[in-house]
Amino acid sequence: MLKLTDVTKSYAGADGPIEVLRGVSFEVNTGDTLALTGESGSGKSTLLHLIGGLDQAEGGQISFDGRDITHLGDAERAALRRSEIGVIFQQFNLIPSLDVGANIAFQARLARRYDAQAARALATKLGLEGQLSKYPEQLSGGQQQRVAIARTLAARPKLVLADEPTGNLDEDTAAQVLAEMLALVAATGAALITVTHSPQVAAQMGQTLRLSHGQLA
Amino acid sequence: MSATIARALWSHWRRSPLQLFTLLAGLILATALWSGVQAVNAEARASYDAAAATLGEGQFDQIIPRQGDDITQASYIALRRAGWQVAPVIEGRWNGFRLIGLDPLTAPATLSSVQPEEGFDFADYLRDGPLSVSADTAEKLRDLTERPLRIVADLALDTVVADIGVAQTLLRAEGKLTRLIVAPTQPMGLPTLAVVAPELRLEPAQADADVGRLTDSFHLNLTAFGLLSFAVGIFIVHGAIGLAFEQRRAMIRTLRAMGVPLAVLVILMATELLVFALIGGGIGVLCGYAIAALLLPDVAATLEGLYGAQVAGTLQFRASWWMSGLAICIGGTALASSGALWRLSRVSVIETGRAQTWRTLSGKASVIQAVVALALLAITVVLAGVGQGLIAGFALLGCLLLGAALALPLLLSVVLAGFRSFSKQALPQWFWADTRQQLPGLSLALMALLLAMAANVGVSTMVSSFRLTFVGFLDQRLFSELYVRADDADQSAALQRFLTPRSRAVLPIVEERRQIAGLPSELYGAKIGPSYSDNWDFLAAAETPWQDAARGQAVLVNEQLARRAGLWVGDQITLSDQLSLPIAGVFGDYGNPIGQVVISQSLFNTLVPDAVPLNFGVRSDDARALRQALIDDFGLRDSQIVDQDTIKALSLSIFERTFTVTGALNILTLAVAGFAILMSLLTLAAMRVPQLAPVWALGLTRRKLGQLELIRALVLAALTALFALPLGLALAWVLLAIVNVEAFGWRLPMYLFPADYLKLGLFATVAAILAASWPALKLSRLPPADLLKVFSNER
Repeated sequence: MLKLTDVTKSYAGADGPIEVLRGVSFEVNTGDTLALTGESGSGKSTLLHLIGGLDQAEGGQISFDGRDITHLGDAERAALRRSEIGVIFQQFNLIPSLDVGANIAFQARLARRYDAQAARALATKLGLEGQLSKYPEQLSGGQQQRVAIARTLAARPKLVLADEPTGNLDEDTAAQVLAEMLALVAATGAALITVTHSPQVAAQMGQTLRLSHGQLA
Repeated sequence: MSATIARALWSHWRRSPLQLFTLLAGLILATALWSGVQAVNAEARASYDAAAATLGEGQFDQIIPRQGDDITQASYIALRRAGWQVAPVIEGRWNGFRLIGLDPLTAPATLSSVQPEEGFDFADYLRDGPLSVSADTAEKLRDLTERPLRIVADLALDTVVADIGVAQTLLRAEGKLTRLIVAPTQPMGLPTLAVVAPELRLEPAQADADVGRLTDSFHLNLTAFGLLSFAVGIFIVHGAIGLAFEQRRAMIRTLRAMGVPLAVLVILMATELLVFALIGGGIGVLCGYAIAALLLPDVAATLEGLYGAQVAGTLQFRASWWMSGLAICIGGTALASSGALWRLSRVSVIETGRAQTWRTLSGKASVIQAVVALALLAITVVLAGVGQGLIAGFALLGCLLLGAALALPLLLSVVLAGFRSFSKQALPQWFWADTRQQLPGLSLALMALLLAMAANVGVSTMVSSFRLTFVGFLDQRLFSELYVRADDADQSAALQRFLTPRSRAVLPIVEERRQIAGLPSELYGAKIGPSYSDNWDFLAAAETPWQDAARGQAVLVNEQLARRAGLWVGDQITLSDQLSLPIAGVFGDYGNPIGQVVISQSLFNTLVPDAVPLNFGVRSDDARALRQALIDDFGLRDSQIVDQDTIKALSLSIFERTFTVTGALNILTLAVAGFAILMSLLTLAAMRVPQLAPVWALGLTRRKLGQLELIRALVLAALTALFALPLGLALAWVLLAIVNVEAFGWRLPMYLFPADYLKLGLFATVAAILAASWPALKLSRLPPADLLKVFSNER
């Protein structure tokens, strides 16, 4: 489903360009779960941004469902994020002015896949049924991340990208949220790529890739 | 998709009603003051057009008597027989209205009062003798006459036009005419006026004295005020939009990450602002209508006092200013939001949410702001040196005010950094650093305060300087204890014989209007003596101006004429084909729109041999007794005598009303600035919690934090007031030395009024404290749980 071939990326630095990714190649199939690990600055988040169409690679190729998405324009990449790839952030990134129900429905509505019953079921599975009319600021960190997961999965993406999804949560809550996320992703049949520092999180993924200085170790 | 995104964007405003209120209030205030001023201007211009269209004032040459007020029917008939295409006019006061009699068969067809409407029947018109009036005048006139009223839409207010026969009857002036309108095209080979009617003279059309032109400067002043208020309102809008974009930064990143195209986001946010602009603009125009209705009576008084221009005291709803109000509101919103939208469109999706990116851009923006401020101030200096004309004067004002406003945050930042470096203890150090950190959020409100205060200082200095000068001028000019007017030449001679033994001096006032140095002017003949030389001051004079003028070897001219003609003391001025004389003195002549030349009475009699003085200034030690004697013994009517106190009081009352409008606009602008501060502080209050929570955690009470917020507002307002003072004085100098000279033709001395400035400074700081007290109170009562949330969110 997802194939990266020799992907490179660099950023402008004070002393010339800084190479963040140096020829990264790997493949992910439907239903796979993959952990991307590595020290800070190794290029994990950049790689996630490239896969999610948030940024563009300089070299190499990224193909999704057999389609080359490496050099898509802004509008095409936006369309990809809207309906094919979902992103879960470390900071949750809920829309503060929408209540929980509207937040969960939001991306599904953008993707034109909103199903009220399915969304409600998802909320129930994540223990959010009593929180639907609350606003994000009224929730705990764990609850907010559950809303973020529900929002992404309600849109039924083929690929879920999670950037440190439990990085802002305490140990117990993190374990709970991760388990729920993995179960729900598995139920939808989507592939999951998680960026994480945590060996516990990585251990629960089907595959782990370690990045070091922009290359797969 | 768009509806979903629009709902998400709108949800921000639903959750932040105060911010929405601020934005709409800014738009409403900006549009209201602007469109209010436009409404007043449009109404006044419509009145001038109506006046000009009624009688073709300024459009056609006119024939008037050389002396006295009347033309006989015989002179008119003689001219018509000689082939002159002239139309008779009689004019007078009737029941408090200006009654004009015209002959519809001979009057030029372009006059609105004689243009026949559809179905108009001349026979009916001549038989019924209707009075043509505007709808407003008809309302006033309905109970005063039984004659039929004919409504003519474009007629000037309080003006009644009738057939000449009807007017002569109503004015009890059968067989008399006031003047003759000369048709633009005349037959070839006409005998000259001197041959046919030597008692009459031709007065050329005076396009330069056209009331519309004279009042242009006044309307430009009003427009400048409207623009200033608009700028203050748009500052509020800019602040509210900037804050809303900043607060929605995280949402924008999320939306972008979820696949919302940037273009869609920009278009939707721009559409959202357009809707707000239409709502705010619409309400603003309606408020503007109310403001205009309140201001118009004072503006009408001002225009009548300054220029003798009649303006309707009631307002019509005109499409032009409705459209201009909405257009400027949309334009202003576009201007206020362009920076935020531009930044949104430039920042890439993975950077959108990072505060650092915005800060970097803001850092660049402050460098650009400094460069623009310096450039504008440099242009100000250049314009002050080389600029000419009224437009250059206003451009100078614009550059000065905008440049200073843009420089304010940078100046405040430097001053606050200085305070911080002088502080030794922890709390003051934190206070100054924190105050400096608040500047970006407060700078727009402070700029608005700076502009409003500077405008207040500038305009009040100008008006008060004008007032002082004007009072001095009245004392100089109105030195005679009594002013009397004779009805005709016989009464004039009798009056002089009666007055001479009973007074210290009788000073005939004779005048003739003529073009001098190519400008419409009044030529005055004066009996020059100690009364004049003891009282009149000159702005510039030769060594012996009065002696030279009394000998008929020189003239004295008013400042307006000297400046407009580019002449000064020592220059020659041409009075007639055969006579040019040097200027011996230039005198101030405030409130008079046209030029004036004073010559000795004997020289005047040589130049205008038929002139008979009908007005006299009378010097007397017992004015009251002399007045009584004039009425009882001489038989003069009371209305023919005016004493010095009455005429001075009248002049001063006209002056005071003249500046009521600017006073009202001053207060409105200051109120808008106060509102801007309140709204900025309120919107910032919520954002302050994360900054204040650590200080609270370190041991500062909420009450103390509230007090510090008040002190902060006080310090910032006081510093802004301090910067506003020199700016306001610079503004006053520009108004007095450049704009007034261009607009009115006179340059006034500048006086300073420290007590007034101190009062204004106190007023501004009190307003700032009042504006800060609500947010400070909210802060001092903030539940500790809300402060603790800051730390729990930081996990």
